[in-house]
Amino acid sequence: MEVEKYGIAPSNELDVAEGLRINSLMAASQQPIPDPDKWLDEELSRNVLITTVDYVLDWARSRSIFPLMFGLACCAFEMIGTAASRFDIARFGMDIFRWSPRQADLMIVAGTLTWKMAPAVKMVYEQMAEPKWVIAMGQCTISGGPFRESYSVVPGINRIVPVDVYVPGCPPRPEGLLHGIRKIHEKIVRESIKKA
Amino acid sequence: MTTALVGEQIAKEITELFPGAVVVADKAAVVVTSESLYQVADFLKNTPALDFDYLTNLTAVDYVDYFEVVYHLISLKSNHSLVLKTRCHDRDKPVVPSVVNLWRSADFQEREAYDLMGIIFDGHPNLKRLLLWEGFVGHPLRRDYL
Repeated sequence: MEVEKYGIAPSNELDVAEGLRINSLMAASQQPIPDPDKWLDEELSRNVLITTVDYVLDWARSRSIFPLMFGLACCAFEMIGTAASRFDIARFGMDIFRWSPRQADLMIVAGTLTWKMAPAVKMVYEQMAEPKWVIAMGQCTISGGPFRESYSVVPGINRIVPVDVYVPGCPPRPEGLLHGIRKIHEKIVRESIKKA
Repeated sequence: MTTALVGEQIAKEITELFPGAVVVADKAAVVVTSESLYQVADFLKNTPALDFDYLTNLTAVDYVDYFEVVYHLISLKSNHSLVLKTRCHDRDKPVVPSVVNLWRSADFQEREAYDLMGIIFDGHPNLKRLLLWEGFVGHPLRRDYL
């Protein structure tokens, strides 16, 4: 009859197959699986974290850059604004501007550099301990800006010290400088002790 | 407010003492020859009626045909002021007598004028470059620089 042919009761074969699977799994699972971490002490297994030296070193360096006070001209005010509470450079672990190059990692050169000042910039850069980075902030620092043809202005600070990041603007907004600092972070994170 | 003395009036007083010293004078300024500059400056400082005891500014201008050195004088007691000028026509070696002995404030300003304009202040005790470095070639504020 039609009704019996399409009845809801399943055929007995499926139940038998299921019963066999359960029985075989039960027979195989009479003992608990050994703990793969059993060879570790309880203390150790909770406290050891494995990573690479590069990752930790770059992580530590990029999040604790100490910038050097280096305001040469009007760009310095934007740098001060970046450091103050509104833009708050401390969010990037750069709490204190250091007055001594020996305690600083990052030289933010903000402003017009004259040839008479250039030997001082070079000396301060050489006094900074490795590893060290340089941000050229503003048009005057990058290329001499409107004073490029002048008799007294250095046409680009990259003639004096190597530059890592250029932040253009006249002057750049604090957001621009923060973007430059983020670029420095990206650069540090890609560094490796193998190349150092 | 400081009274600006009339240049013609002062020029008349200068001419009485030093005939031929004044080149030209108008309401704003008195121009004297560079040879008589020191005597005129001494007269302006040490005459009790004038008593210019303070030099506020000393600068130089390049008019291509000649250099003009400008002295802004003020009397602090009488509260009046005067602009004194002198000209030198020798482009290669413009010489003006130094007034450092009269006004000490002229020291750095004369060095600056020497540095940037190349005017030689005769009698200056320490005439060397002030803003630019030793060994810099030329005087950059001159019209014919570069």
